[in-house]
Amino acid sequence: MTASDTHRTIDAVWRIESARLIAGLVRIVRDVGLAEDLAQDALVAALERWPQSGVPDNPGAWLMAAAKHRAFDLLRRGSLLQRKHEELGREIEAQQAAPDLEAAMDDHVGDDLLRLVLVACHPVLSTEARVALTLRLLGGLTTEEIARAFLVPEATVAQRIVRAKRTLAEARVPFEVPRGAELAARLSSVLEVVYLVFNEGYSATAGGDWMRPALCADALRLGRILAELVPAEPEVHGLVALMEIQASRSRARTGRSGEPILLFDQNRALWDRLLIHRGLAALARAEKLGGAFGPFVLQASIAACHARARTPEETDWPRIVALYDALAQLAPSPVVELNRAVAVGMAFGPAAGLELADALVEEPSLRSYPLLPGVRGDLLAKLGRFDEARAELARAAALTRNDRQRELLLERAAACARDAAPPRQE
Amino acid sequence: MRFMVLVKANKDSEAGVMPSTELLAAMTKYNEELVKAGVMLAGEGLQPSSKGARVRFSGDKRIVTDGPFTETKELIAGYWLFEVKSKEEAIEWVKRSPNPFPGGESEIEIRQVFEAADFGPELTPELREAEERQRAEMAAKR
Repeated sequence: MTASDTHRTIDAVWRIESARLIAGLVRIVRDVGLAEDLAQDALVAALERWPQSGVPDNPGAWLMAAAKHRAFDLLRRGSLLQRKHEELGREIEAQQAAPDLEAAMDDHVGDDLLRLVLVACHPVLSTEARVALTLRLLGGLTTEEIARAFLVPEATVAQRIVRAKRTLAEARVPFEVPRGAELAARLSSVLEVVYLVFNEGYSATAGGDWMRPALCADALRLGRILAELVPAEPEVHGLVALMEIQASRSRARTGRSGEPILLFDQNRALWDRLLIHRGLAALARAEKLGGAFGPFVLQASIAACHARARTPEETDWPRIVALYDALAQLAPSPVVELNRAVAVGMAFGPAAGLELADALVEEPSLRSYPLLPGVRGDLLAKLGRFDEARAELARAAALTRNDRQRELLLERAAACARDAAPPRQE
Repeated sequence: MRFMVLVKANKDSEAGVMPSTELLAAMTKYNEELVKAGVMLAGEGLQPSSKGARVRFSGDKRIVTDGPFTETKELIAGYWLFEVKSKEEAIEWVKRSPNPFPGGESEIEIRQVFEAADFGPELTPELREAEERQRAEMAAKR
């Protein structure tokens, strides 16, 4: 094995082990910053040793031992805060006295990881900090990888992480897994962060830097891990289902020149059946847990309606309307309303849809949103009101930032203009 | 990236010998670990080749042969589908698997799954379109 082979292997081991390693260390030292430093020290030690000694049989245990060794070193030199000193010494001794260290570690892993992700997404932190910390501590991404994925300078991400760790230390955020309603509230922050990461990758167009689309895979992996950490929470499975089903369309959602293809125009044969299958299974898990549907389960249910339809015509629109009704009650937003208008238009005719869409015209947050005039234009055209439809489609074309999309909208506007011209009387 | 992880057959698997309770327990634990890490997309064990068949293509002809097949080491006894960041990560995960045939020799092969992006500029828009058409036709025939 060459040195660079070993380095690639160490990268892989780090990806597999780092979250568990850091999470285990946080339990012992009760400080995210220190835990991460210790884990990094262990990584450096591995980079020094393994190219000569070879990769050990149990690399995770090796890294944990190296990190604890380093913690002891720091303890001896008195460079750890007094407050932590005794506690830390006791913890480490207790662990070493444990007859079956490995088994004890296994028992802790789930709780450790959950505690770590809850801390990384703690409400005292800004959204950017939560994202950076989660990807770094749970996703095993480097600062550079995070920076590239979010198109910001590396120094900015490094700063965010440093500041986040300081905020956590200063706020004395407790390292515990809350129960009941508090757990649900804290979890919803975690789910939002994961979905935000997913969308950041999903909205990145094909081509360009591969780091951005790779965020979808990172988010999916985090979601799948969470689903096993808190299997009794329906919203976790809802989020996983939503991401799996959305990811299933990634092959179909951009055209040959990278232009976005809308759901109804997608070639459904390109949808990834395995991911759809996994998404529907995750949704079934959420449903089986019972209780009222949360926003992620509702969105996943809507996505599932599309996934189940082999052709656009097979779509169960009345069910989608009912789901949007529930979503609008639970998490009202103008974008949800607009989607509801589309669904109503499909289920109950364009006039009903237009009535809902018209109600959004005064909505300030949709003022420069091209989909609003786009949707209204569609509905007006279906009603035969071609003059108004043409004006709306032209407005949508002026608002969109996507060249290909603009062309399509202008083509449709032109078609409306032709239909609007009254037949010449001879 | 996706990897298909292929467990090669051996004399026992081909003879239909069921895995021991210990092996089943170890495999279950390993699978749980894969699921908890968000790595495993799918995985199944395969019945012996005596329950399978082959279709040989020769020009326009199709020749069907029932199993079993003799070249045991070339046969597949099971598979996983992993979603990981690198081949090295797939290797690290596979190294953690219990020996599928405890005490004996066995081999697990790791193969990367093609994704459209892998073709890069080699896959021209025209080829891509042809591929999309093929997929659509395949789906229509299903």
